[in-house]
Amino acid sequence: MARSLKKGPYVHYKLERKVATNVENNKKTVIKTWSRASMITPDFVGQTIAVHNGRQFVPVYVTENMVGHKLGEFSPTRSFRGHAGAKNKGKK
Amino acid sequence: MARIAGVDIPKNKRGVISLTYIYGVGRSRSQEILATAKVDESIKVQDWDDDQIAAIRDAVGTFTIEGELRSETQLNIKRLMDIGCYRGIRHRAGLPLRGQRTKNNSRTRKGRRKTVANKKKATK
Repeated sequence: MARSLKKGPYVHYKLERKVATNVENNKKTVIKTWSRASMITPDFVGQTIAVHNGRQFVPVYVTENMVGHKLGEFSPTRSFRGHAGAKNKGKK
Repeated sequence: MARIAGVDIPKNKRGVISLTYIYGVGRSRSQEILATAKVDESIKVQDWDDDQIAAIRDAVGTFTIEGELRSETQLNIKRLMDIGCYRGIRHRAGLPLRGQRTKNNSRTRKGRRKTVANKKKATK
């Protein structure tokens, strides 16, 4: 279910503050965050956010198309490397 | 018989049903179209007169349908894949996007079953 419009998009307040200072000083420092649920607002465009996936921070360079998505969508939490034996088949 | 929105030629069926053969027109849109064109839903396509056909063409023209709609959908999917978000990755992998289970089922996305024949430990 979609979030109520009344509340507006959710962005973690600390993340929001960090992005704001980055934009203010025209800096592009990588911002580390655990807040995967935060929505990407237009302010984020051009910034690089390191989003935690439970193990490491995945750097995400934010482009215009990403606005409206959540940060977590760009930092996969699972890595599927294929089934055992699938490799052999491919070589043949 | 009647050509509406390019290639679609449904005939000898009731108007409401016939129009749903157009990609992007279902039952409710079909009803809407016939209502704006002021044509009774039960009139068969072959019994439409020229005025009615013209009115229906106009009404159909207000929607995004057929090739245009198809390319729009494709562009939306392409966008998801290009930004590399979760849904885009799932599109690339040909797996369901909305958190469905993939242990069994999800055959619509995965296609026909690919049987992995008897795993033999000896063969290297």
